[in-house]
Amino acid sequence: MATLSGVAKRYGTGTLAVEGVDLALARGDFLALLGPSGCGKSTLLRMIAGLIDPSEGSIAFPADAAARKSIGFVFQEPTLMPWATAVRNVALPLELAGTPRREAALRATDMLARVGLAGFENAYPRALSGGMKMRVSIARALVTKPRLLLLDEPFAALDEITRFKLNQDLLQLWQAERFTVVFVTHSVFESVFLAERIVVMAPRPGRIVTELAVPAEDRATPEFRTSAPYAAHCREVSHALESAMA
Amino acid sequence: MNPRVLKWLAPLVVGVLFLGGWEWMVRAREIPHFILPGPWLIAQTLVRDWHTLSGSLWITLQITFSALAAAAILGLVLAILFAQSRVIEMSLFPYAVILQVTPIVAIAPLIIIWADNVLLALLICAWIVAFFPILSNTTVGLNSADRNLVDLFRLYGASRWQVLMRLRLPTAMPFFLAGLRISGGLALIGAIVAEFVAGTGGRESGLAYRILEAGYQLQIARMFAALVLVSATGIAIFAAMSWLSHMLLRRWHESAGEQP
Repeated sequence: MATLSGVAKRYGTGTLAVEGVDLALARGDFLALLGPSGCGKSTLLRMIAGLIDPSEGSIAFPADAAARKSIGFVFQEPTLMPWATAVRNVALPLELAGTPRREAALRATDMLARVGLAGFENAYPRALSGGMKMRVSIARALVTKPRLLLLDEPFAALDEITRFKLNQDLLQLWQAERFTVVFVTHSVFESVFLAERIVVMAPRPGRIVTELAVPAEDRATPEFRTSAPYAAHCREVSHALESAMA
Repeated sequence: MNPRVLKWLAPLVVGVLFLGGWEWMVRAREIPHFILPGPWLIAQTLVRDWHTLSGSLWITLQITFSALAAAAILGLVLAILFAQSRVIEMSLFPYAVILQVTPIVAIAPLIIIWADNVLLALLICAWIVAFFPILSNTTVGLNSADRNLVDLFRLYGASRWQVLMRLRLPTAMPFFLAGLRISGGLALIGAIVAEFVAGTGGRESGLAYRILEAGYQLQIARMFAALVLVSATGIAIFAAMSWLSHMLLRRWHESAGEQP
C-alpha cells in the first residue's frame, strides 16, 4: 500500500528526528510503531499522513495512489471542536469534502453508533468523558471509510480500564473492515495486544531497529491478554526494545 | 444564607445604607443643594427633567451603539484580514496601537474641527476608543486555533475559506465577545469624553453636555441626575454584552458554564 524508502527528517534546528527509514506497508496490515519518546515515531506518522514532508527519501503509494487521499488520523488528544456536537464533529471530514449536511449527519450518526456512542449525537465534547471523546475522534477518522488509519498514541492519556476497552473495540473495527492501521505507541503491552507487525524504533537519531511479528493464530487464543503466548511476545518485544536503547 | 440571595442582598443593603446616610447628612447639616443635593432631590430632578434628559440619553445611546457596532464590524474584518496575511498584520498593527495609546482627549479637538457634523465627530471619537480591544482580542482568537485541528483540516484538504469559517472564527468567538464586553463600556466613555471636549449645546446634545450645562448653572441635582443616567447606561451595556456572550457560548465554552 505504501512504501517508505530512505526517509529522513531534519528539523530547521538541525535535529535529526528520523533517519534512514525503510518500511513497506501492505494492505490490511496492523502495524505498531513502538519506541520511547523522542524516537521520531510521531514524526514518521505525520510524514506518512503528508502533514510534513520528509527531508530525504520518499513515501510512495505505488499500488494505490488514491490511498494517499484516503487517510484517517487520530491524535494523542481527542482534538474535537468544542463548539460542535459529537455528530457535527464526526461529520466534519465529509462536509469539508462537500457532502450535503443531511447525508453527512446520517453517516456520522451511523459511525457514532459503531463506536458505541449511539444516543450521544447531540452531546457537546465537554459533556463527554475522556474515553468517549476518543471514541468520537476515532469515529471522525473512520467516517470517510479511509484505506489507511493512522493513530498517534491515541489512548496514552486514558486510564487502563478505558484503554483496554478501546483497544478491544479498535481491534474489532479493524477485523470487520480490514483497513490498514499504523498505530504509534510507547506501550509494549498495547503493541502486542493490537498489532500483527511491531516495528521497534530507537532515538537519537530516530530509526527502525527491528521488526517483530505477532501471528494471527496466537491472537485467536481466548483471553489473549492473559495467555502464555501474549506473555512470551511481550517478553520478546521488551528485550528488543532494551537492546535498541542500549 | 443562600449564596444566590446573598449575592443580591449584600450589595443592596450597602447601597441603601449609603444613600440613607447621604440623605441624613445632607438634612442634618443643612448642606445647600447647590453644593451637595440629597439622593431624594436627585430622584425628583430626574423625574422632573426627564423630558430634556431622556432626549440627551437617546443621543448618547445612539452615538455609543453606532460606535460599538462600527468597532465590532471593522475590528472583526480587520482581524480577519490580519489572520490571512502576516504582511498586512505587520504593516497595520503598529498604527492600530498608536490609535489606541494616544489619549482620545488629545485627538478629539482635531476630529471635531475636521468633521463637519458634531454627531459624526463624537461617533468617530467613540469608535477610536472602542475599536482596539475588539481588534486585538479577535486577532489573538483567530490565531489560537488548535494546531492539531489545523492539521486535521489540512489532511482533509480544507480550503482557506473553510478553515476560516469552520475553525478560526469559532475559535475566536469567545475572544471577540470578551473584546465586545470591554468595548461596550469604552464606547460610552468615548462618547462622553468627546462631548465634553466638543462642548457644543443645542437640541442635539448628549448627556455629557447636560452635565456641563448643569454645572455652569449650579444645578447640581440635575448634574447628578445626568450622571445617574450615564452610569445606568454603562451598567446596562455591560449586562447586555455579558448576556449576549453567555447565550452564545453557554453550550460549549468553559467561561459560560455558570450563570453570569
